[in-house]
Amino acid sequence: MKPQVITKENFAAEVLKSEGTVLLDFWAAWCGPCRMLSPLVDEVGEKHADVKIGKINIDEETELAQQFNIMSIPTLMVFKKGEKVKESVGLIPKEEIEALLA
Amino acid sequence: MQMARVLVLGAGPAGISAALYARRGGAQVTVVHKGKGTSALSRAELVQNYYGLEEAVPGAELERRGLAGAIALGISLVEDEILALDYGEGFQGFRAVSPGKTYEADSVIIAAGTTRKAPKIKGLRELEGHGVSYCAVCDAFLYRGKVTAVLGSGEYALHEAEALLPHAAEVLLFTQGEEAPSRLPPQVKVHKSPVTALEGTERLTGILLENGDTIVAEGLFVALGTASGSELARKLGVMLAGQDIKTDAHMATNVPGVFAAGDCTGGLLQIAKAVYQGAEAGLSAVKFLREKK
Repeated sequence: MKPQVITKENFAAEVLKSEGTVLLDFWAAWCGPCRMLSPLVDEVGEKHADVKIGKINIDEETELAQQFNIMSIPTLMVFKKGEKVKESVGLIPKEEIEALLA
Repeated sequence: MQMARVLVLGAGPAGISAALYARRGGAQVTVVHKGKGTSALSRAELVQNYYGLEEAVPGAELERRGLAGAIALGISLVEDEILALDYGEGFQGFRAVSPGKTYEADSVIIAAGTTRKAPKIKGLRELEGHGVSYCAVCDAFLYRGKVTAVLGSGEYALHEAEALLPHAAEVLLFTQGEEAPSRLPPQVKVHKSPVTALEGTERLTGILLENGDTIVAEGLFVALGTASGSELARKLGVMLAGQDIKTDAHMATNVPGVFAAGDCTGGLLQIAKAVYQGAEAGLSAVKFLREKK
């Protein structure tokens, strides 16, 4: 799916109450590796129509970043039926992003 | 119209070869290197098995010829230590920062060789991304109000500590037995005893020292020695395979405008390979700059 912005206001509705797979991308504007990872995440979303792609700007969503204990960016998280099932820290190739969804 | 600027990091066979091809392609080329005698080539006692050498030549002599050839072609060679590599204003171009200067470029070729300096610290690998970080610029913000440490003793460690100071509650410096840098801000507390292990399972909680002390810290930023090519590349978002910079056949990394050549890309640590890759990287940089116009 097309990426959407996740905030603390829509987090419950878009992630926790989501029945399917959600791939979250925690990022910030000043982070070079985030800048290179983001388009790869978007490509994965285009390829997998059933996967919801959520972008969380940790600069604006500090509460979410704290809640999920983000200590390094970029961080990717996969949620299934509202539960966190996978986490990956750092820039990874597209194939590895797709492998997180399995 | 201003000539496109290519910045080459490293003046070994890969860096000089890249510089020659980029210069021949019409770019304004600056090579930043850490000084004579710092490249792997200069430390080679004798070079044989290389095309065109009638007799074996000391590595230092071959390096001298390489540098002289570059200077003759109008390439600027600068002795300096690059501490950080970043994008330019509005993500246009690149900026390389040294203790006293900022170098701006439209394209960067990383040919800074390789260092095998992975410290033997228990838990370092396991806690990567959970307290252990290699990029203060990226992650400093996440350590707001926390006790955060830097591992290292040089200008690079100082640079990382300075990036953390505005955010962290306290910044500690672990120098692994070395002297701390002289310009270190007084509020940074120095521990000289070498770090032997890291504590914490889900996330870093403490740092164990050889003298038996355990220091409480939630973050550890690794900045040992001088910043290697791959460490600098990583902060831009260049894809690595282990410590090696990943490139395609044209020596392009995944970051448009950033190329790599020589030992920092892995494979054979040979002059022939470095010279070829440098040539390819130099040509690719020129092609990139032409297409960008």
